Amino acid sequence: MTVTRRAFLAGSAMAAGALAGSAGLSAPAIAQTKKNVLRVVPASNLSGIDPVVTSGQPVRNHGYQIYDTLFGMNTRFEVKPQMAEGAEQSADGLTWTIRLRDGLKFHDGEKVLARDCVASLKRWGARDPLGQTIFGLTDELRAVDDRTLEFRLKSRFGLLTKGLAKIGGPAPFIMPERIAQTDPSVSIKEAIGSGPFRFLADEWVPGSRAVYAKFDGYVPRDEAPDCTSGGKMVHVDRLEWHVIPDAATATAALQRGEVDWYHGPDLTLLPLLSQDPAINTEAYDDLGYMTVIRFNHLQPPFDRLEMRRAIQMAVNQVDYLQAQVGMPDLYKECRSAFFCGTTMSTGAGSEVMAANFEKAKALLKSSYKGEKVAIPTATDLSWLHAASLVTEDLLKRMGVNVELQAMDLGTFYKRRTSMEPVDKGGWSIFHAGFSVTDILDPSTHLGLRANGKQTWPGWPTDPVIEQLRDEWMTADPQDQGAIVRKIEARAFETVPFVPLGQFQTPSARRRTVTGMLKAPLPLAWNIKLA
Amino acid sequence: MLAFIIRRLLGAIPVVVLVALIIFCLLYFAPGDPATIIAGDLATPEEIDRIRVALGLDQPFHVRLGIFLLNLVKGDLGTSIFSNLPVTHLIAQRLEPTFSLGVLTVLLSVVVAVPLGALAAWRARRAVDRLALVVSVLGFSVPVFVVGYLLIWVFAIKLAWFPVQGYTPLSHGVGPWLSNLVLPTLSLGMVYIALITRITRAGVLEVLSQDYIRTARAKGMGDRVIIWRHALRNAAVPIATVVGIGVALLLGGVVVTETVFAIPGVGRLLVDAILRRDYPIIQGVILLLAGIYIIVNLCVDISYAIFDPRIRY
Repeated sequence: MTVTRRAFLAGSAMAAGALAGSAGLSAPAIAQTKKNVLRVVPASNLSGIDPVVTSGQPVRNHGYQIYDTLFGMNTRFEVKPQMAEGAEQSADGLTWTIRLRDGLKFHDGEKVLARDCVASLKRWGARDPLGQTIFGLTDELRAVDDRTLEFRLKSRFGLLTKGLAKIGGPAPFIMPERIAQTDPSVSIKEAIGSGPFRFLADEWVPGSRAVYAKFDGYVPRDEAPDCTSGGKMVHVDRLEWHVIPDAATATAALQRGEVDWYHGPDLTLLPLLSQDPAINTEAYDDLGYMTVIRFNHLQPPFDRLEMRRAIQMAVNQVDYLQAQVGMPDLYKECRSAFFCGTTMSTGAGSEVMAANFEKAKALLKSSYKGEKVAIPTATDLSWLHAASLVTEDLLKRMGVNVELQAMDLGTFYKRRTSMEPVDKGGWSIFHAGFSVTDILDPSTHLGLRANGKQTWPGWPTDPVIEQLRDEWMTADPQDQGAIVRKIEARAFETVPFVPLGQFQTPSARRRTVTGMLKAPLPLAWNIKLA
Repeated sequence: MLAFIIRRLLGAIPVVVLVALIIFCLLYFAPGDPATIIAGDLATPEEIDRIRVALGLDQPFHVRLGIFLLNLVKGDLGTSIFSNLPVTHLIAQRLEPTFSLGVLTVLLSVVVAVPLGALAAWRARRAVDRLALVVSVLGFSVPVFVVGYLLIWVFAIKLAWFPVQGYTPLSHGVGPWLSNLVLPTLSLGMVYIALITRITRAGVLEVLSQDYIRTARAKGMGDRVIIWRHALRNAAVPIATVVGIGVALLLGGVVVTETVFAIPGVGRLLVDAILRRDYPIIQGVILLLAGIYIIVNLCVDISYAIFDPRIRY
């Protein structure tokens, strides 16, 4: 066969035509200028749709658009009925009866029934640590009728409704029974909820775009919206998440008006956005994040209490906050196991965090045997990596044989699960970040769990702190304050982790976007576009 | 020629199988675990183990390899561990942006670089040659992302001529499609323009020193005819080779360009999948890229016969 140049060119033209023809098969374009469309750059990509299997923030935030919860929380973290009309507790405190509001519908048009709630809560309870506690204390959860569900408890448990209002992932979202019957370790395939937005699965391009439409069948509560509670009034027709992985590009897109709201702008680019009169840089979450140093309690040298105490004593939170954030008006020192500014934070026992380097060095000298200290760090998360660099420097100055091991997040997560010694692929210290919803109180605070190998990497064992936690969970509200003080004091004594202060992460939105609610997560209801 | 094409395509089958085996082994032995990422930052070891079992990641090497190869034979690239969507669907979503960007970049590079290189050779050591050298040095030395940021700053923010980011499918009209691709194409094209310019200049310069060119000149043939009909055509074989190699390089550059301009293409799909350890996507995209590279090489070989009548398969 002989191919002539003419034939070759004709073939090329046909190939180009085929490309043009196939274009219709691909997904629709990014909206550049659409009316009443809220275009958002989320802090990270929505890689999956199951808010129970995955506890990550993007999936949790996605969940809050399309699902609803029986109870919500206001900005003071008080529990309010949401899908529920209310909850009644029997005189003996062992039976909770929850009645659903009238008119609740799923996005597929089906009514929300009590049995949907039962199936959803059971699935959530199999994955979530607080859910596991609730179901451990529950004799039976059943649907009494279409609108009523009933918890029968083994013992009094004052945190039930708080658990059902939990904001941190996995959150107890309600989905249809047929979907909620999916194995809790296997992702669901349909995203159907009864929340204020519908998920448009056909337009989902993982890693690039997730699209939601206003759910016309949603019945908001009459109360004013307050965090995840109150009337979830939707004022936009469409909500689009545009994943823009590069911070500089996302900043430029916001400046240019191609997007309306950038959930988590890079702190180094914040001054640029602050100077733009068309842009408002205001945090939706006033409490922000707290970074901690987590020790490996199974392996030397941090299996020794004196070593952990030495580090705790040496830490100067300002060093960390400057490296991570650099803007003093965005951070504050917080020597507490909980977020400063919440009712849980007592600061009991925190005087040991004296930032006394010389004393810490002397303490370390008496307990350190020259072991190598490995600090794995995920360079993908710049603020956690910055904290790792500060710790590396601190340990070097204290005379510790330290090795910072940079890696990507996937490798980091895997590495962190290794219980082996350092020379066999284990680790000594890692850094983690909590939002307020992760560590709101002892019931959800994984850093304070001390049940050995069953808990979060670090695996401390401390029966005292576990017992105090159990006491707190079942105590009357007036007694809980004293128990929290004991828990905090114990945490500073045994050092399961070292808090490194807390900082805000402002969001940036165009001034045409109004009605942003204060909450620990970005909420799209109540938002209006000018 | 037809026999040659069929022979080459059949020869590609073991190459694809080998690529599949290598990528499977690399992923199996690489550190990282999707179950730890799915479970999230605050997961306990027990939760991670449950997810690992549910995903089949606890299965031994030979079982997982067998399942992978069996599915491959059936044309099933599997489903994403995270999104639960078929890999073929995810790739199809991303193919058009990457293909558009790649084709436009190659077109732009050839259209700009071949004449510029030929001109530089024709006017060697003169101003136009120096200009071509400057363009080439800049193209080689300035990173793609720096060019991208500069273009965004000037043409998207200051002049507001083009959008900052995103992609509009061709089905929405040529104008919007092109509008989104101008800056990424310029950004990605710089290095290829540099490469092809240098190769064209060197090739044409060598041809211009041949006896038959001197003969053509002696016969009174004009410079333009000599350059376009004789010199460039005879220098086309190495240029076609470099364009072909450039496609492989381009696949790497596409990742950066797609990230800077937030284009939802195959490059970003691959990088996201690597970061999350979404094995089926990584395997699927690598196999696709291997296939593209094989086809591009075949096209380059075919082009030799078109440019040089002495070459017959």
